[in-house]
Amino acid sequence: MNRHLLSAADLDRDTATLILDTARGMAAAMTGREVRKLPTLRGRTVVNLFYEDSTRTRVSFEAAAKRLSADVVTFSAKGSSVSKGESLKDTALTLQAMGADAVVVRHSASGAPHRLTEWLDGSVVNAGDGTHEHPTQALLDAYTIRERMGRLEGLRVAIVGDVLHSRVARSNVHLLTTFGADVTLVAPPTLLPVGVTDWPVDVSYDLDGVLPKVDVVMMLRVQRERMNDSFFPSAREYSRRYGLDTARMARLPGEAIVMHPGPMIRGMEIAAEVADSARSVIVDQVANGVLVRMAVLYLLLSGEKGSMA
Amino acid sequence: MTGWLIKGASILGRERADVLVESGRITGMGADLAAGDATVVDADGQILLPGLVDLHTHLREPGREDAETVASGSRAAALGGFTAVCAMANTDPVADTAGVVEQVWSLGRDAGLVDVQPIGAVTVGLAGSQLAELGAMAASAAKVRIFSDDGHCVSDPRLMRRALEYVKAFDGVIAQHAEEPSLTAGAQMHEGAVSARLGLAGWPAVAEEAIIARDALLAGHVGSRLHVCHVSTAGSVEILRWAKSKGWRVTAEVCPHHLLLTDELAGSYDPVYKVNPPLRTADDVAALRQGLAEGIIDVVATDHAPHTLEDKECEWSAARPGMLGLQTALPIVIHTMVEPGALDWDGVAERMSRTPARIAGLTEHGRDPAVGGPANLTLVDPAARWTVVPSELAGPSRNTPYSGMTLPGVVTATFLHGRPTVLGGKLTESAS
Repeated sequence: MNRHLLSAADLDRDTATLILDTARGMAAAMTGREVRKLPTLRGRTVVNLFYEDSTRTRVSFEAAAKRLSADVVTFSAKGSSVSKGESLKDTALTLQAMGADAVVVRHSASGAPHRLTEWLDGSVVNAGDGTHEHPTQALLDAYTIRERMGRLEGLRVAIVGDVLHSRVARSNVHLLTTFGADVTLVAPPTLLPVGVTDWPVDVSYDLDGVLPKVDVVMMLRVQRERMNDSFFPSAREYSRRYGLDTARMARLPGEAIVMHPGPMIRGMEIAAEVADSARSVIVDQVANGVLVRMAVLYLLLSGEKGSMA
Repeated sequence: MTGWLIKGASILGRERADVLVESGRITGMGADLAAGDATVVDADGQILLPGLVDLHTHLREPGREDAETVASGSRAAALGGFTAVCAMANTDPVADTAGVVEQVWSLGRDAGLVDVQPIGAVTVGLAGSQLAELGAMAASAAKVRIFSDDGHCVSDPRLMRRALEYVKAFDGVIAQHAEEPSLTAGAQMHEGAVSARLGLAGWPAVAEEAIIARDALLAGHVGSRLHVCHVSTAGSVEILRWAKSKGWRVTAEVCPHHLLLTDELAGSYDPVYKVNPPLRTADDVAALRQGLAEGIIDVVATDHAPHTLEDKECEWSAARPGMLGLQTALPIVIHTMVEPGALDWDGVAERMSRTPARIAGLTEHGRDPAVGGPANLTLVDPAARWTVVPSELAGPSRNTPYSGMTLPGVVTATFLHGRPTVLGGKLTESAS
């Protein structure tokens, strides 16, 4: 891959494996240290450019960069350049002049990180762009699954919920299928993209039928407001048909795990008892997020001119 | 006034002849005409066409003179081989009154490089709720015959019916931007496999096709003329085929970019490929070419849509839709239709000159070279190839999707009312 991380689709299996292995190495390097910090990226500048509120992702990237001893600048451009104010290009040129080695960008517009690469010399890391992708989320999900299940190849993974608007789903479909997992998307037909038939996945509208046949069930956040656009009739009906409650969870095979990228809407797509159950690896996902982001920043910024290949 | 002798051109790709142009008319045609006082234009190996007519041009003036003016758009048109362009109404202020259409018409006359025929808005402010004073625009000096809310669809079926009926009084035609707005809220690109991958909100083909079907039914019901702008889908071609089989007075245009480019280009997220209606699939491109070859689609129109850098150097979703088209239209048609054998030069004249002139009611345009006829002519060297360089195009905007592409067909000369606006592939001195 190149010097950016824009899409999980750009990661081949070797590169993706290298990232996960590096993340594990980070975990090993950190354990037992009194100061939880590695000197690897000392003197490098990582800019967090966040056009959308996302405390968890921003904090995760900040923690990752700081643990590698990079200088971290957070540039919160809420309200987005789309409406008014400084253009994305001008912001990019400003960051370029400030000498950013990496720019971690979260933006409401799909493709905004791609655009940034045209104006920046440094590495661009996509921290979620519109309804397109969120590659580090997929990496941390893959890491979490691999740690828990010991492998990815051949695992059966159900991704449940608002696939149409989900960047997490798109990145996970790319990465999980690259690793050889069998992915099934489960959603009401209104929340699946028209082009989904071209994806290397199975599609089902029946969560109850899918659950007994999966090793991993990944629940996606579903915004209540979608019902105002008639994607489904009501939050209650959504929850009844596609929410993961304790009765549904009981249909899962013995070792199966439950994931959620957060933030969760308890009672909507996932019941509180499920989120807090022994099957849930949701808290692991958060912890692993820092490790995976450390690995990504390390591979992009250290070594010969930053490259993961 | 001395004349011009266009020597040795192939007339519409058929017989070779010399064409003598004097005082705005063609005064002689035949083999080995004597030049006399006339200046000779060597046209050996070149094709002489009736001057091209564009039914769909955005000249941006008044309002966005930073993107294009009537004068700069006229230069692009002349260089592209056009002798008449129809200027769309979505200016600021909107061309929804006699005053604004007369202003645009008069700016066109001042520029003097191409006949600028204003299009009037169908509804006040393009808002889709109240008819603009169509009769006043028709009766103005601009003699408006085409009315369009282009950029917006006249989506209210009752209002569309009334507009179709009303313009019959002055032989007007409604040019519809076919897009059911409630199906395209927030839409960014063609809805399909690529939009699913890119996470860009989809613009489904049905949003265009449903409006074309509805409007064809309305036009048939009230016996009015309907023109469909920028047809972009295979399904639309099928609906037009059906509407024409009924004998209804429905015409349609296709844009050069929809004959060549596909939605895959959105993968770069470079908004130079953002356009409305959006780039579609390769299957749609094939169906549009076929429809144009058969005459189901009557016209090629550019939808020339200049935009400033800041409106394109941004996020895809923040960018304005539209592409430059005047200087590349004929080359794209040669590339996609003539070279593959789907259209001969007479077909090019039909789709890019005669039919659009007839739809727009421009009697001095769209007439094949003939003694006594008007000298609105385009001379093209079909063998010459050129590479599109955005900064070399006329006008202040650079939003061409063909940057770096090498295309066939160089317009070597354009004659407007007997006067060359372009000679040797360049604007004439009086023109520039």
